[in-house]
Amino acid sequence: MCGLPNFVARYRLTYGFITCGVRYLKSTFKLATLRGAIALAVFSVAVGISAKPLVVCTEASPEGFDTALYTTAVTADASAETIYNRLVDFKPGTTEIVPALAETWEISDDGLTYTFHLRKGVKFHTTEYFKPTRDMNADDVIWSFQRQLDPNHPWHKQSQVGYPYFESMGFKELLKNVEKVDDSTVKFTLTRRESPFLADVAMAFASVYSAEYADQLLKANKTDNLNSQPIGTGPFVFQRYAKDAQVRFKANPEYFRGKPPADTLIFAIATDNNVRLQKLKANECQVALYPKPDDIPNIKKDPNLKVDELNSMTTAYIAMNTTHKYMSDVRVRKAIELAFDKEAYVKALFGKDNATVAVNPYPDTLLGYNKDLKNPAHDLDKARALLKEAGVPEGTVLTLFTRNGGGPTNPNPAMGAQMMQSDLAKVGIKLDIRVMEWGEMLKRAKNGEHDMVSAGWSGDNGDPDNFLTPNLSCEAAKNGENYARWCNQKFQTLIDQAREKTDPAERAALYEQAQVIFNQDLPWISMAYTKAFTAMRNNVEGYHISPLTTNNFATTQVK
Amino acid sequence: MSTPTPVVAVDQSLLYPSVYKEFWQHFSKNKGAVAGLAFMLVIVFCALFAPWVAPHDPSEQYRDFLLTPPVWLEGGQWQFLLGTDELGRDLLSRLIQGSRLSLLIGLSSVVMSLIPGILMGLLAGFFPKILGPTIMRLMDIMLALPSLLLAVAIVAILGPGLINTVIAIAIVSLPSYVRLTRAAVMGELNRDYVTAARLAGATLPRLMFITVLPNCMAPLIVQATLSFSSAILDAAALGFLGLGVQPPTPEWGTMLASARDYIERAWWVVSLPGLTILLSVLAINLMGDGLRDALDPKLKNAA
Amino acid sequence: MFSFIARRVGLLIPTFFGITLLTFALIRLIPGDPVEVMMGERRVDPEMHAQAMERLGLNKPLYAQYIDYVGKLAHGDLGESLRTRTSVWSEFTSLFPATLELSIAALIFAGILGLLAGVIAALKRGSLFDHGVMGISLAGYSMPIFWWGLILIMFFSVSLGWTPVSGRIDLLYDIPPKTGFMLIDTLLSDEEGSFMDALRHLILPAIVLGTIPLAVIARMTRSSMLEVLREDYVRTARAKGLSPARVVFVHGLRNALIPVLTVFGLQVGTLLAGAVLTETIFSWPGIGKWLIEAIGARDYPVVQNGILLIACLVILVNFVVDILYGFANPRIRHQR
Repeated sequence: MCGLPNFVARYRLTYGFITCGVRYLKSTFKLATLRGAIALAVFSVAVGISAKPLVVCTEASPEGFDTALYTTAVTADASAETIYNRLVDFKPGTTEIVPALAETWEISDDGLTYTFHLRKGVKFHTTEYFKPTRDMNADDVIWSFQRQLDPNHPWHKQSQVGYPYFESMGFKELLKNVEKVDDSTVKFTLTRRESPFLADVAMAFASVYSAEYADQLLKANKTDNLNSQPIGTGPFVFQRYAKDAQVRFKANPEYFRGKPPADTLIFAIATDNNVRLQKLKANECQVALYPKPDDIPNIKKDPNLKVDELNSMTTAYIAMNTTHKYMSDVRVRKAIELAFDKEAYVKALFGKDNATVAVNPYPDTLLGYNKDLKNPAHDLDKARALLKEAGVPEGTVLTLFTRNGGGPTNPNPAMGAQMMQSDLAKVGIKLDIRVMEWGEMLKRAKNGEHDMVSAGWSGDNGDPDNFLTPNLSCEAAKNGENYARWCNQKFQTLIDQAREKTDPAERAALYEQAQVIFNQDLPWISMAYTKAFTAMRNNVEGYHISPLTTNNFATTQVK
Repeated sequence: MSTPTPVVAVDQSLLYPSVYKEFWQHFSKNKGAVAGLAFMLVIVFCALFAPWVAPHDPSEQYRDFLLTPPVWLEGGQWQFLLGTDELGRDLLSRLIQGSRLSLLIGLSSVVMSLIPGILMGLLAGFFPKILGPTIMRLMDIMLALPSLLLAVAIVAILGPGLINTVIAIAIVSLPSYVRLTRAAVMGELNRDYVTAARLAGATLPRLMFITVLPNCMAPLIVQATLSFSSAILDAAALGFLGLGVQPPTPEWGTMLASARDYIERAWWVVSLPGLTILLSVLAINLMGDGLRDALDPKLKNAA
Repeated sequence: MFSFIARRVGLLIPTFFGITLLTFALIRLIPGDPVEVMMGERRVDPEMHAQAMERLGLNKPLYAQYIDYVGKLAHGDLGESLRTRTSVWSEFTSLFPATLELSIAALIFAGILGLLAGVIAALKRGSLFDHGVMGISLAGYSMPIFWWGLILIMFFSVSLGWTPVSGRIDLLYDIPPKTGFMLIDTLLSDEEGSFMDALRHLILPAIVLGTIPLAVIARMTRSSMLEVLREDYVRTARAKGLSPARVVFVHGLRNALIPVLTVFGLQVGTLLAGAVLTETIFSWPGIGKWLIEAIGARDYPVVQNGILLIACLVILVNFVVDILYGFANPRIRHQR
């Protein structure tokens, strides 16, 4: 249900408006050693103060630390993943659900009631601004959900814009009731079956806050502090935040999974990926998030660095507005796909081995990927013939909306758009590239002002439905989230059936059929399945790159 | 190109020797100015005849020759004298084509701010009671905002693109024209010849445009030259911030913005457009200095 | 003198209101809607959207929004960032010291070098040095500083490894932000070597930001010095047999500084505009970068009040310079 937003919002912050780069000439290596020496010298000084700090170069300032108020992954990394815990967690590096604050749970047969049994003896952080008097219990869980659910909750109105994540996940309608059974048991009642419910409550917005701390703040009329001086049960205790510079945490000695190996965790904020890489090379940070795919071979060559990579659940695509003149004709859409040199595009944008040329709306790591479908060969003559057949005159102008800064689904939008422009020019289509700021592009694309829009989606619960329903369903065509504005009844029926089935094999078969229809009618040009990368120093251990776009350092250390 | 228009320097009845000649004598004494002029002539030539001067189509993507170095480096190709960019486009051709755009932006933004600027300045000078101070307050407000921030805000409103870049830059450079014109007009208004014209029954527009304005032109021409160069710089800065002219149109600043990712592997992609901007702006400023010396000896030593 | 100051203050008030009107209008004209931006790619249902707009007061008629805005300003309430939900004032005050530190460093660099170069060039008028200074300063004045920053980083940080790549200080130093000025904070902290580290981080950005002011100051000093040196009192001082250094620095420079001072004032705007680019290139956590990002994110309150604060700053500095100028030069004081 929620997809790219994490990613994209993350990248909107980073690259959305302005990216300024710093890239360096050949002799970076010399620098690396020199700076390394300096950093080492500094390091030894710092050791006396705190052993083995872990510095992570991140790409944007977190928006705040009250994680339920925000939707971006960069904020979740600095709050949900460090300060807080949830009832259940994703096992590091996977989408598998494991116990966290809840040790066990039961699901009723109708799938409408979830009963969680809480772990005992979990302590909230003790800091200068808060000393907990009791362990985490059911009240805290109730508080964390009721605040977002109940309009009469004293904290509900504290958020000016509501609780965007909670609301967009449909939790307002989904949750009928959250009640305390006893101090260590909480019961959730749903209004309908929701098979990914456990995965949902493993997400950032479902973090568990200290009700005791909240009460204190409310009494002292300092409710803003929940956001600036957070308290949770998580592996790290918040210390200090300097906007656009750094966030500092120290290890939580009472963490229920054991004290994290890194005593000090520092997020160094460097919006430019070149700067992050440079800092990594100089050992100013030990982990650098989101290296540019272009740089990956370079990093792999460096003996001091290594790269962790994962086929992420991400598809980059170009949605073709099926309600516009010419574009509504499937022959035109096919012609555009034939004229466009996808291979060259993926190679130029992502680099060899850093992404796979896409065929279907979701990558092959997910259920029911149709392996029989293949991309048609790049064929200009056939494209011209199809366009002629469809009556598209030479020199027709079509618009392509793209954003102004790169992100994982599109590291260099301007360059990609220009490649497409040059390809389509060969078959007589003039591509009018409209580069816009992220928010504006979304708005216009939702209004259907585009002929084509370059977009991307990344799933975060590993279910194919998470790709298809939000992006290609008839309902999404109505509200504009389906940028192709494509509503195909056959396709819709298939994905509806698949959603209701529980047997994976049955679902897979339905999804395979759906992909056939997708490829026949071609509402999108699926461009690439991308990989996620994290670059780090060789001596970093215990980091797991996550398919869910989050980063957790509870088990990471510098050897 | 704002070629010197010495007609306006006509001063009283002293028509000997030819004003052109006198102007050129002054101007050519300044070696820097002449060098600047020469460089600008080359740029103007490139801009005018870009399609014939450029060896390649600036948008043609030679995908087998991505990031080819300039010819004097190892791996360089005679085909691409200054190398190619990340999409295999010939850099020299793009720089040449880019000169068109930069000159166009410079010229049109100067015209677009010069004309309303002079108008408002004249009005402010001729109506010192209410209209004048109002206009000047308005200009003060605009001057209080750093020009680049204001330009960014304007482009954010209008959306990025060539025309909007020009508009943003024109708006930003408006106050200096208004102030300059007003100051010059205030200085002239008390002169005898203005009084004489008034007594002779000259209408207000005639008084404004025919009697007073020509005598205020010298500083305006110098200012126009200077703002021409700053327009090029501002356009490049906007392009660098991703808010200027949109791809694939080759504009120097935009080229820098998209090229900076490749500096580690291909320094030429980032160095050459920057150098071109620097040299062009420098040339125009040198010319501006020369113009000032030649047109308006009073201003000679002012910065 | 008092009436002079009063007149100047009188001029400030309409300017201030004009700026509030301008910033208010600017941000309302920017297309895109803040709620949409806040939600990312998530679905925003119309009801929720309307609620959010209401909570933000964006559903009222424009004039009412403006009155709200000015009313809040009068109470010193600059609003809250839509993105981070922290107060604009606290964000501004937490980032402004970084910009101020950078600007001051740039001005010191530009001032010292510019004055020196200008004075020597004036004294050795027509010499090779004079031509050199004038040529270089014109080049500096023509410099696209975003490119200049990149070139300096390439050379000094990467090839030579003399200066760090970006940021204000090495993160392994734990410097609590007491004043926000890194150089002062490092001195207050007991971490060895941190001051030098902060200084090394400051050098390149200060040079880049100071380049244009340097060029302007050098040219201005030279020309005003040349004028002063021609004045009678300088000749008299020379004739009295005062040492050349005394003539130049005491009699000459002091008077030559008056126009230079004005240029200093005028450079504040340039400096802040330059800060936008410089901060971006060097990942300097200051207000320039903050504002550019806010404009991109349609963060109404931040853009509105950030620009307002900057404009006030520029006005204030110019006001102070005006007053100083008035003290120094009675002729100005009595002019309209």
